[in-house]
Order: sequence, then C-alpha cells, then structure tokens
Amino acid sequence: MKQRREGWVGWLFAAPWVVGFTLLMLYPLVSSLVASFTNYSILRQPKFIGVDNYVELSKDTVFHQSLANTLLYALGAVPLGTVLAIALALLLNAKVKGMPVYRTLLFLPTLVPMVAQATLFLWVFNGDYGILNALLRKIGMNPPNWLGEPMWAKWTLVAIAVWGCGNAMVIYLAGLQNVPPTLYEAAELDGAKAWAKTRHVTLPMLSPVILFNVVMGIIGSIQVFAVPQVMFPGGAPARSTYMFAMYLYDNAFQFQRMGYASAMGWIMFLIILGLTLVSLRLSDRHVHYETS
Amino acid sequence: MRPAKTFWTHAALVLAALVFGIPFLWMLSTAVKPIGETLSNPPKWIPSQVLWSNFPDAIMYGSKQAGFIPFVVYLRNTVIITALAVAGSVVSNAVVGYAFGRLKWPGRDLFFGVTLATMMVPFPVTMVPTFSLFKWLGWVGTFKPLWVPAYLGSAFSIFLLRQFFRTIPNELSEAAKIDGASEWVIFTDVVLPLARPALAVVALFSFMGAWNDFLGPLIYLVDQRTFTLSLGLQAYQTQHGGTPWNLLMAASLLVIAPIILVFFFAQKAFIQGIATTGIK
Repeated sequence: MKQRREGWVGWLFAAPWVVGFTLLMLYPLVSSLVASFTNYSILRQPKFIGVDNYVELSKDTVFHQSLANTLLYALGAVPLGTVLAIALALLLNAKVKGMPVYRTLLFLPTLVPMVAQATLFLWVFNGDYGILNALLRKIGMNPPNWLGEPMWAKWTLVAIAVWGCGNAMVIYLAGLQNVPPTLYEAAELDGAKAWAKTRHVTLPMLSPVILFNVVMGIIGSIQVFAVPQVMFPGGAPARSTYMFAMYLYDNAFQFQRMGYASAMGWIMFLIILGLTLVSLRLSDRHVHYETS
Repeated sequence: MRPAKTFWTHAALVLAALVFGIPFLWMLSTAVKPIGETLSNPPKWIPSQVLWSNFPDAIMYGSKQAGFIPFVVYLRNTVIITALAVAGSVVSNAVVGYAFGRLKWPGRDLFFGVTLATMMVPFPVTMVPTFSLFKWLGWVGTFKPLWVPAYLGSAFSIFLLRQFFRTIPNELSEAAKIDGASEWVIFTDVVLPLARPALAVVALFSFMGAWNDFLGPLIYLVDQRTFTLSLGLQAYQTQHGGTPWNLLMAASLLVIAPIILVFFFAQKAFIQGIATTGIK
C-alpha cells in the first residue's frame, strides 16, 4: 500500500519532464522520422515518398560537402580541445596565489555568446587589419587571409572551438579535486615523480570524466551552427565552412523542404549515436571506474 | 610547493591567460578607437585618443532607421527570456531531479536510462516538428517557444541534480518523515536548502544557454522589435551593410560584460558545485 502511494508521488514529481519528454522529445523524434519519408513543407500537404529523401541525400554533393566539413571540424576540435582542457585543468589545480583570477581569465571565452565570439574572431582573423596577422607579420611571416581561403577558413572555426574549451576545463578541474589525496601520497611513497603521478594516478582517476567530455564534445561539434553561420553566411569561401546544421537549417527554413531536412536530422542523430557507441567501446579498457 | 615549480606554474598560467586574453584586449582596444584607426596597418594597440563615446554610439546605432533604440529593446527582450528560462529550469529540474534521485516509483530506472539517452539527440532532429507544434499553438513570433520548454526539464540538468540529491544522507529524509513531513515538505525544507551549490550550477548553465541562444531566436522571432541580443548583434554586422568595427566591438563588449561580472563573483561556488555534483 505504502509502495503504491510513493510510486504515485514519484510520477507526480517527475511530471514536468514526463510532459517535456513526450511533447518536446518523443513526439518530435517520431514525427520527424515519419516526415523524413514525405515531401513535407509548411506550404503544402505532406505526401509519402518512401525513401526518396534518403536516396537524394546519397547523391547530394552539397550534403556530402557539409558532412565532410563537419566531420573534419569535429576531428580537429574534439582532440585538440580535450588535450588543452586537461592541460589547463592540471595547471589550474595547482596551489599557487591568484588562482581565482587565472580561473576566471581562462573560463572567460566560454562565457562569450557564440555570436559575439564570431564577431570578435572575424576581426581577429581579418587578413588586412586583424591582430593575428599583425603579430605574424611582426615575426617575419607572410600570413594568409585566413577567412578568405577555403584551405584555412575551417580551421579558424576549430581555433575558436578550442579557445572556448572552458566548460570541459571546469569539469576536469572538478574531477581533479575529487581525486583522493591519499592516492598521491601512496604514489610518492613508491617514489613516483610528477609525470608518473599524472600518468598513473590522475589520468586513470579522471578517465570517466574524459569519456563524458569527449562524448559531449562530439555531440556538440556535429551540431555546430551559430559561429559558422554568423562568420561565414552560406559557408563561404567555396562552401568550405558550410556545416551539416547550416544546410539542415537552410533546407528547413529557407528552401521549405522540411521532409528533406528531417531526413538529414535523422542521419545526424544516427551519426552521433554511432560515434558515441564507438567512443564507449574504444574506452572500455581504458576507463577506470571506482567501485563504490 | 618548491619555489622553482611555483615559478614555472605561474609562467605557464600567465602564458595561457595571455593567449586566451589577447582577443579580449583586442576587442577592448578596438571598442575605444576612432573609426580611422581601426583600419590602420600595422594595427595600433593604444588608440591616439580613448573614445568612450563609442559605447553610447553603439547603443544608439541603427535607431534612426528602426524608430526605436535596437540595443535597449534587444537587451530588454534577452533579459525577459533569460529570467523566465532560468526560473523555469531551476524549479522544474529540481523537482524532476528529486523524483529520480530520492523517490522510488515503478519505471524510474528505465525512464532515467531513456532520459540520459536523449542527451544524444541533436537539436536539429526535433527542430522541424517542434517548430510545427509551436506554429500550431500560434507561438511563432512570440517569446514562448524560447522559455516555456525550460519549465519542462532538460536531461542534462536532471542528471546533474539527481547525482547531487543522491549524495544527501537518507537519514535526513527519514527523520523528517517520522515527524510527519510530507514528501513536498521534505523536498522544499530538507533537501533543497542543502542543494544550493548544485542549483547554482543549473542556474548558471541555463542562464548561459538562454543568454547565448542563437538558433532558437533565429527560428522563432520574426519582428525586429522582438529580437534578442544574439540576433541583434548578427543584424548589426550584416543588415546595415557592415557596421564600423569599433562600434561592433563596443556592442559586443556590452553584451559580454554582465556575464563576466556574474561569473567572477560566482566562480568559486560554481566550481565547487560541479565538484559536488560529481559528473561521472
């Protein structure tokens, strides 16, 4: 009897999410799966067209390019961001004076709204008047016009992502503070030096957090939208910065092809699902969980 | 720590802070320059005169064409949406996190697994049907699509709070129960006061999410009078055929400043909050 009553209370407490999950997650997921097999648009009644959208996607060179751009971006941003965020977190975990100031400074970029980031970096990377090229010229280099050349434009986006790795950094920092000091003391007794302690104590203890951040990083980078959309409208130069989410947005709201966009959305979902499962599988042997 | 090691730690920190900080200094320098000096080659770090008037100019920019002061209107809209969204996300995620973390109910663990899995669902998949739903409700063009969902929970915050709630000793709830407290009273009077750091983290994340959101406003807001700062900043840059760089940087700085202030004073609680929630 008591069990029954408590069960009822539990569902009541969970009610906001039951509604949110049903209306804003389950319904849209199913609905977009159905829409992906139709020629749905806001303008006309949807008609069932089977797998036509998926067949068209397999031949759509713009789609292929946006997919390749996005994967390259993720391949740059996730590993670089992970290494840098861990390195910075290790630094920020040291016991030296002035730490609140350092922590704030290194976290600042993460706080900058995406659109402001995009605006700022249009100016930093500006070929003629930007500060980056001014510095590079000062040391005798002949820097390219980063934003105007297809070869480079994509990498400015990777640089911005790495610059904003503060969220992951803070989560690593929190993870570091949860490592029991006794483990380090034990390692010291065994004569471990700084690197050995990092390698054999810190990183294994941090591994679940690393996995979490890598997975979140993959999920975020595949969806990258605001910064490229503001910096490179239409994916200029030569569509080298045209990302998956930008093409999807254009199909849904510019070209009024919502069925096609839904098919793209599902492909994005499957890619994320696949990459997440691969990360989990690859990490199986390396991630150390405390058994508590 | 040994002095040599302390020295190198400081050196590395200063170097990192410099690399991360240069874009900000560049923004600040540009924001107070006369327009002529923004296009000097090589660039000048220190302007010949500091033009504070760039800030009021940036705020007033475009007000003649628009018939109102865009920056002030955008700021008001952003504050309204953000405040509603933060309040909603703290309340709803706390309640739902409590259900998952401290109550027993049939189907809980299965539903929690499904909830975690939804973190992998990218926004673009649900974007089109959600848009159709809000259009059907007549909400397109209003703020509602941007803040109402915050009242219905989000997987990441639910997860964060559930983890935190589980660390609070069960004896506290049991004792209150013996005193005849209802589940709601235990939630509000026993558990919530202990959960302040975790709630602060949820509030900060949702503040940043709402304040920075770009895709949401881009899809749902139509009239310039309803734009948010993110949308407005983009409009500054493109619509007016290129806003002068000094005003653009001044406007960006004005958008960023409140967030930086909030974080500077909250950073300790924020990091502790994340540490105690124990993301694993």
